[in-house]
Amino acid sequence: MTQPQTAIAISSLTKTYANGFQALAGIDLDIKRGEIFALLGPNGAGKTTLISAICGIVQPTTGSIKVCGYDSVADYRQARMAIGLVPQELTTDAFESVWNTVSFSRGLFGKPRNPVYIEQLLKNLSLWDKKDEQIRRLSGGMKRRVMIAKALSHEPEILFLDEPTAGVDVELRKSMWAQVRALQQTGVTVILTTHYIEEAEEMADRIGVINKGRLIVTESKDTLMHKMGKRQMAFTLRDALQAIPPALSHYALVLTEGGRKLTYTYDATQNGNDVSDLLEQFKTHHIRPTEIDSYRSSLEDIFIQLVEA
Amino acid sequence: MINYRGIRSIYAFEMGRTLRTIGQSIASPVISTVLYFIVFGSAMGSRIQTMDGVPYGAFIVPGLIMLTVLGQSVSNASFGIYFPRFTGTIYEILSAPLSFIEIVLGYVGAAASKSIIIGAIVLTTAGFFVPLHIAHPLWMIFFLIMTSVTFSLMGFIIGIWADGFEKLQLIPLLIITPLTFLGGSFYSVKMLPPFWYQISLINPVVYLISGFRWSFYEQGDVSLMTSVTMIAVFTALSLVIIAHIFKTGYRLRK
Repeated sequence: MTQPQTAIAISSLTKTYANGFQALAGIDLDIKRGEIFALLGPNGAGKTTLISAICGIVQPTTGSIKVCGYDSVADYRQARMAIGLVPQELTTDAFESVWNTVSFSRGLFGKPRNPVYIEQLLKNLSLWDKKDEQIRRLSGGMKRRVMIAKALSHEPEILFLDEPTAGVDVELRKSMWAQVRALQQTGVTVILTTHYIEEAEEMADRIGVINKGRLIVTESKDTLMHKMGKRQMAFTLRDALQAIPPALSHYALVLTEGGRKLTYTYDATQNGNDVSDLLEQFKTHHIRPTEIDSYRSSLEDIFIQLVEA
Repeated sequence: MINYRGIRSIYAFEMGRTLRTIGQSIASPVISTVLYFIVFGSAMGSRIQTMDGVPYGAFIVPGLIMLTVLGQSVSNASFGIYFPRFTGTIYEILSAPLSFIEIVLGYVGAAASKSIIIGAIVLTTAGFFVPLHIAHPLWMIFFLIMTSVTFSLMGFIIGIWADGFEKLQLIPLLIITPLTFLGGSFYSVKMLPPFWYQISLINPVVYLISGFRWSFYEQGDVSLMTSVTMIAVFTALSLVIIAHIFKTGYRLRK
C-alpha cells in the first residue's frame, strides 16, 4: 500500500456501455480514509456507474481503481472485501428472514459466522426485534436498513450508499444520518450519492459534483461553499430611489421594485467592513432601509450553477 | 485462495429455497412418474412383452428418471441464476469476493444436488410399480451425477442468456423435452428405421439414457464407452461456454 491514507484511488476511469453510451468520461478521484464523501449529480450523470465500477458490478473500459491499495480487477478479492454496497433499488430476497439474509451476505464475503456481531449490527439498526420476520413483511424504511445491515455484515472499511434516503421520510432520514456519522466514528469511509443536496450539505466532509461522466469539482464542503458561495443583502427602502448614487457605483448594487429594493451582492471570500461602509454611505446619501434581508447561497444554488455551466 | 464460505452460502441459500417449497419439489416429479407408470407401464406395457429382453415396465424406469432429472436440472439451475438477475439481488453476488467459477459451483452444485435427490425419489417411486434391478450401481450413480451436473450447467447458461421469463421456458420446452422424448426414454432407438436411427444419434440424450439403462440392465442402444465419451463431451462443451461467459462477463457484468 503506497498511500495508506487513501481508501479509494481512481485514475482515468472511463466506461462506455455496449450500446455506445459513455457513462464515465475520465474520472480521477481519491477518497480519503475515514471521510464522508458525497457524490452529487443529476440523473444519468454517472454516479451509479462509478459506484458499480468500484464495486465490481460494471467492468471499466479503461483506467484503474485501487481500493485500500488493491487493484479492483487484479486483486478483486481483497478490494471487494473492503467494500460494502447499499444499492439504490430495494432488491431483497422477499421470502428470507432478516437474520438469514444478513448472515448470507456475510458468508458470501467468506467471513466466518459471528452471531454476536450480527446481533449488535441489527440492534444498531433497530432491526433486532424483526430478525425472524420475512423481508417482504417489512416497511420500505426497514428494508432499506436491512440492505445497510447486509452491506455491513462483513465488517467493511468502506461503505457505499447509493441514494440511501430516496423515498425515506424526514425522521428516518435524520436517524440514518446519525447512523452514518456513528459509522464514521468507527473509522468507516462512507461514499454516498444523493439527490437531496441538503443531505450532502448536512453530512459530507467532501463533495464531488459529477455531470455527463466527468467530475466537475471535488472540494471539501466548506471550501466549495466558500469559493462558490454568494452572499446577498437586500434592503427594502422607505423612500424609492430614482437611481443608484454615483458614489456607490463601485458596490455591486442592483435597484429593483421601482426603486424600493436595493440588493447588494458581495463575495464571501473578501472579508472586510464592506457592509458597515455601505451603511455609512447610505447615511450620507439619505438612503433609509426599513428592512434588511441577508442570503447565503446554499449548496443547491452552487450545484445548479456548476451543472448548468 | 478459494472462497469456500461464499460457495457454501450460495449452495445453502439455493437448497433453502428448495426446502421452502419441498411439497412442490417432490410432489410434481412423484405424480408425473406415477402417471407415466399408469399410462405406459400398466396400460400400454401390458400389450408389450419385453424390450431388449427387459419387461417394458422396468425398461422405462431409467428413461423416466432421466426425463425428470434433465428437466429438473435445467429448470432449477436456470431459475436459480435468472431470478436474482430479474429481481436485482445479483448485485450482491457480483460485488462479493467470489470468482465466476465459485458462483457456478454454488448455483450448479445446488441445482445438481436437487436433481440427484429427485432422481432418487423417482427411482424409489418406480420401485412400487416394478421390481428394481440395478446391475451396476456405481455406474448408475456416475451417470446420474454426470447428467445432473451437465444439464445444470446448461441450465445455468440458459439462466444467464435469458432476458425474460419466456426465454427461460423456451429452451426446456423446445429443445430439452423433445430431445428426451426422442432420446429413447420409452423405447429403444434401435427400433427406429435405419435413417431415423442415424438421425437420433445426433441427440445427446440418447447417450445419456443408453448409458443409464445399461447400468440397470446391461442393455444399451450404444456401447458404454460411447455413452461415457459423449457425456464427457457435453460436460466439456458446457464448461467451454461457461468459461466464455466468465471471460466476457456476458449478461452479468455490463
